[in-house]
Amino acid sequence: MPEPRESDPQDAATPGSELTRRHWLRRAIFTTEHRAIGMQYLALALIAVAIGTVLSLLMRIHLVWPNLRLPFFGVVPPEGYLALVTIHGTIMVFFVLTTAPQSGFANLVLPEQIGARGMAFPRLNALSFWLTSLALCVLLAAFFVPGGAPISGWTSYPPLSAVPAAGPGQGTGMDLWIASIGLFCIASSIGAVNLLTTIVGGRCRGMTLMRMPLTVWSWFVTAILMLLSFSVLFAAILLLWCDRHYGTSFFVPMGDLVNGTIVGKGDGSPLLWLHLFWFFGHPEVYIAVLPGMGIVSSLIANFTRRPILGYRMMVWTTVLIGLLGLLVWGHHMFVSGMNPYAGTAFAVTTMAIAVPSTAKVLSWLGTLWGGGIERTTPMLYVLGFLSFFITGGLTGPILAQPALDTYLHNTYFVVAHFHLIMGMAAVFSIFAGVCYWFPLMTGRMMSERLGRWHFWLTFVGAYLVFFPMHFAGLAGEPRHYAQLTGATSSLASLVPLQTGITHSAFLLAAAQFLFLWNVLRSARRGTPAEGNPWRATTLEWAAGLDAPAVHRGPYAYDPQAFPSGFKMQWEADAEQE
Amino acid sequence: MPATFTRTPVEIERKDTGYGGKPPVDRRPTGGGGDGDNWDKRPPGRRGPRELLNRYRLGVFFALAGDLMFFIALVSAFFVRQTAGHFDPRENYVSDWHPLAIPPILWINTAILLLSSATVEMGRRQLFHEIDVMEEWLGLGRPAVKRAAPWLIATAGLGVLFLMGQWIAWQQLASEGMFFATNPNSHFFYLITATHGLHLVIGIAALLTALVAVFVLRKMEMRQIVVDCTAWYWHTMGLFWIFLFVLMVYFQ
Repeated sequence: MPEPRESDPQDAATPGSELTRRHWLRRAIFTTEHRAIGMQYLALALIAVAIGTVLSLLMRIHLVWPNLRLPFFGVVPPEGYLALVTIHGTIMVFFVLTTAPQSGFANLVLPEQIGARGMAFPRLNALSFWLTSLALCVLLAAFFVPGGAPISGWTSYPPLSAVPAAGPGQGTGMDLWIASIGLFCIASSIGAVNLLTTIVGGRCRGMTLMRMPLTVWSWFVTAILMLLSFSVLFAAILLLWCDRHYGTSFFVPMGDLVNGTIVGKGDGSPLLWLHLFWFFGHPEVYIAVLPGMGIVSSLIANFTRRPILGYRMMVWTTVLIGLLGLLVWGHHMFVSGMNPYAGTAFAVTTMAIAVPSTAKVLSWLGTLWGGGIERTTPMLYVLGFLSFFITGGLTGPILAQPALDTYLHNTYFVVAHFHLIMGMAAVFSIFAGVCYWFPLMTGRMMSERLGRWHFWLTFVGAYLVFFPMHFAGLAGEPRHYAQLTGATSSLASLVPLQTGITHSAFLLAAAQFLFLWNVLRSARRGTPAEGNPWRATTLEWAAGLDAPAVHRGPYAYDPQAFPSGFKMQWEADAEQE
Repeated sequence: MPATFTRTPVEIERKDTGYGGKPPVDRRPTGGGGDGDNWDKRPPGRRGPRELLNRYRLGVFFALAGDLMFFIALVSAFFVRQTAGHFDPRENYVSDWHPLAIPPILWINTAILLLSSATVEMGRRQLFHEIDVMEEWLGLGRPAVKRAAPWLIATAGLGVLFLMGQWIAWQQLASEGMFFATNPNSHFFYLITATHGLHLVIGIAALLTALVAVFVLRKMEMRQIVVDCTAWYWHTMGLFWIFLFVLMVYFQ
């Protein structure tokens, strides 16, 4: 079944007619073209990240000025703050960090990068996108139902999440959260099946596994993680749903007392939820950051004009990180009553992840070392990724140790850790990707000047926001506290620090308007791009190639060997011509 | 576009023909009409007659791998929940896990499901039976489809029988006062049978779709794909059931 590629000349209809409108519908809504779907995913992630950022700003304001009236919210009660936390976390983790790097960029360029004709199942691909959008709408609907949004955080620990009477948002709001996540699980699984089938079955001639660009490798491993972990999350929320509606006792412990009534009638185990959830939740972290690692590897090779150091090692470390990522979920549960011997095992596997991660960092730094770095905007974002990856990564082995985690668990130290490594590092790789593939999306280049301004403001802003959180955590400030002053004053001394963070958060959020403006303006008025503006070697830049065959690995940058300094993957060797 | 770029000649790969015989190849020996003749308009990158079949099979296998994880999650929840308990006021560790008498009809159901796996495999093989396939593909009647259809109907019938058996098992348990919410073991019994049953409902729907599709679809290749994927799905559900059944009978 040949799918129509891009713009079919027959599709062009006279503007303003009924036909145009229907064509627009077909293009925008019923499109099965993978690039269009990739851009739809990126647009969805942009909407989601805007909402998530606004929610985080509301949280920041409330935390330091708790009595201020907020627009639409009034004076936020503590449970309202928790609702903000929940939806902020859910949106950012699922609808931004999962959709943009994995579904967005993979749909945009993966088929071209491996020389496939398109995604393996284009219609399923479209279905997957629309289910994701529906899931976002269902999630946001939770704000508008009686009781409001759920308050149990993106991790939804029971019994809080399993008992509708446990909080204002735990009734309909929580049901909507579960429904939204269920839809998202299905959509992501479909997307992962599609990606895996495309990569395994759709590669062109000569595209062996060890010639795939590292982006493709990381999407591949990420898709495997998604396939394995989202099914488990689906099972977990199914059990949660049964606990909430059919009187089962999977998660609610015996004698659990909520609002004066005993709701725990069986020996349900909250730990069971933690196991199931974190079996999904930890791979999810890698789902968010692995695609970024792939993008960064490719871009570093491209902008230093030299092959990535240790391509094979990079492949195997990607696979190893994915594999280990499935085996470390227990490090989220050190203080949750898990068997302490299990804690030791999980600490060991967790610290083992530092090995492949460090190997990757060394490879990136080794490629950069002495290479003539082209300081283009995408490369700046890549360097930003590296910086955040290292800063955030260094606190990983600290939190991996049960003894240290006992103190740091659920403090701002953890918040700082995952916002740096999962949030900022992944977001910088998204910036890099958008900037790098912008010519493919719009045929134009993004403005370098605006890009540099945006990079530096975001870079400094992000450090100002998230780095001081380490100190708040070391001082013992727990996450999820709605305010620092009030009945107790033990945290009052942290108000100046948190106020500073809030101001920096405004700077960080404001800087994003530069990016938005850059995208919108460059899409219409940017400099038209040449066919291969970054002088890259991978197949997505070989436009209009019908039946490509690949002759070499993805990073053939070598000024000595090739007259132009690089050779694209599909270019035949001289002696073969 | 650099001059080195030349359109690679289309190459016909005759892959291993697999069991049964060879499926339709790209080149139509009759030479009459169809896209198979027009070499220039052929979709680029097409590799061999089994490309589409392989793609759909891969998709089904990956989806089933995800599904396997779903059931693995349920099974591990089963084991974790089994060990959950609490201390009573006298410091005794007590658990509310009570074993459940599995209704004997499940043994018959299991046999039926195994039998249905055999019938669906028979139906699948008919669509890869060389002589029939070649005749059908050349337009000389529909021997392959006609031979496969009874097997598909039989499989769907056995599937419905299995589901009815499961329903009877539920009725029997309910008459003993064992409902979904009664105790943790009954939670899992109902949940596992229900989710597996839902998968079989999807499977029966797929079988019926395949039954219609083999008569409606124009391309022999697509008929093969529909039946093949349905059959693999059905086999997997049978396999899952055996594991789940063993779990419920022997690991309570």
